[in-house]
Amino acid sequence: MAENDADKTDGPVSGSGGLEKPHPAGYFEGETMTRRAAFTVGGQAAGIAAVSIVALPLVAFAVAPILETPEEVWEAVGSTDEFSADVYLPVIITIRSGIGEAGKTTAYVRQGSEDLGEDPADYIAVSTRCAHLGCPVRFVRAAGIFSCPCHGGAYDFEGKVIGGPPVRPLDRFQTRVVAGQVEIGPRYSVTGDLEPVRARDPGEFTGGIWEYLYPPRPSTAPAP
Amino acid sequence: MAKFPDTLLPKALRKPAKPGENGNSNGASANGEEKSVVVEKLKEAPVDLVGWVDERTGATPFLTGMLLRKVPKGTNWFYTLGSATMFAFVVQALTGVFLAMYYTPSPVEAYASITNLTNDVFMGEFVRGLHKWGASVMIILIFLHMGRVFFFGAYKYPRELNWVIGVVLIVLTLVMGLTGYLLPFDQRSYWATIVAMNINGTGPIVGPYLADFLRAGAEFESTTLSRFYALHMLLVPGAIIAMIGAHLYLVVKLGTTAPPWLRADTKPKALRTEKVKSQNGGGS
Repeated sequence: MAENDADKTDGPVSGSGGLEKPHPAGYFEGETMTRRAAFTVGGQAAGIAAVSIVALPLVAFAVAPILETPEEVWEAVGSTDEFSADVYLPVIITIRSGIGEAGKTTAYVRQGSEDLGEDPADYIAVSTRCAHLGCPVRFVRAAGIFSCPCHGGAYDFEGKVIGGPPVRPLDRFQTRVVAGQVEIGPRYSVTGDLEPVRARDPGEFTGGIWEYLYPPRPSTAPAP
Repeated sequence: MAKFPDTLLPKALRKPAKPGENGNSNGASANGEEKSVVVEKLKEAPVDLVGWVDERTGATPFLTGMLLRKVPKGTNWFYTLGSATMFAFVVQALTGVFLAMYYTPSPVEAYASITNLTNDVFMGEFVRGLHKWGASVMIILIFLHMGRVFFFGAYKYPRELNWVIGVVLIVLTLVMGLTGYLLPFDQRSYWATIVAMNINGTGPIVGPYLADFLRAGAEFESTTLSRFYALHMLLVPGAIIAMIGAHLYLVVKLGTTAPPWLRADTKPKALRTEKVKSQNGGGS
């Protein structure tokens, strides 16, 4: 301490009169920064704070939808006896309300098939959103496959890829039976072995390391 | 020159003439003389107005430096591609502003507003056509401009930063193309945008969140269209204007380059040899 003080008061020797010269220049005794530096730093900090007060809410405002989980919507699409295990029936569901046709999509629904090791009490709803880039696939009844018009993606009866560029099987929707009505709920994706995972966008692989490279998003419903 | 021109002021507000300045006191010839003075002053009025503005802004040195700057020998028509791109952008900005008067960025009404704009609004088809074809023209021109800069080597020191700004401008122009494509909201634009957003989603780790950001959610949402509209007509054009400003500033500051087929003039060297020779010749 004493040494420090000595450093900062190397002004005139006693007796010569006048104020002590600050040393180093601009520093007075006991100060760790000059007033000019203090005001510069303070002014810049105030400026940063003022900009942040406006800018951060704006960024949050634009980015917020990434973190919002939409409400689960269940929509009845028909009574249980309308669907069979052998063939898909197209149904139109509304996945986003209030935006007319743009909020609707087609799903293919069938009963669980014992031949495929499924429970006949379950209902399978396959999304028409191609797992390549999101074009609408169509179920070709004669061939028993799903076919995409854009880049020739082809899926078998279960929605597994049998040809073309898609990277994973077709997405599915959760289903449940309420009062004899089949209801369709949130979307989920599946791995190559049809294991359910949280919904991914088209073009994104599922399963294994891909679960980390294409992380699950809060904007989707949890996997069933 | 710097004063506000007297001739533009009503008589009552003019400064009174100094004694002896005008021929007013001379009676008979006064009328004719005053007329010729007024004509003279009227002729000078435009110059006076420019001078009035110039004295208050100092615009002349700035404008002469920018507009009358020297360009290198060999400057040719290829050097106009940048200006042509900017002209295309100005056309896009103007037609876009007017298209916005009739367009509704709502998923339910967008398509109807576009068909109304195209088929019913007077000159609507022409204005929309300008905007639609102008978009392609701008993208073609900006790539030709980049090709010119690349093949002429005009990106080299000290113009590297301007190349970087130009690349940012190309990306922003392509973003304009992407966001504008959705706005007519017909089948083609809807599915093309779905595909484009899903391509965004395939980037590892950040991709899924970027796609969510563009859509404002996991599916095509109620605010996706208005989000694209805001990006297309406010955010990205603002960024483009700022970037063009920086781009032009650097062009003016650094100047343009000569075409690569022009080599530095070697004459001065020859001149010096000649001088030495002639001195030698004189001695012998």
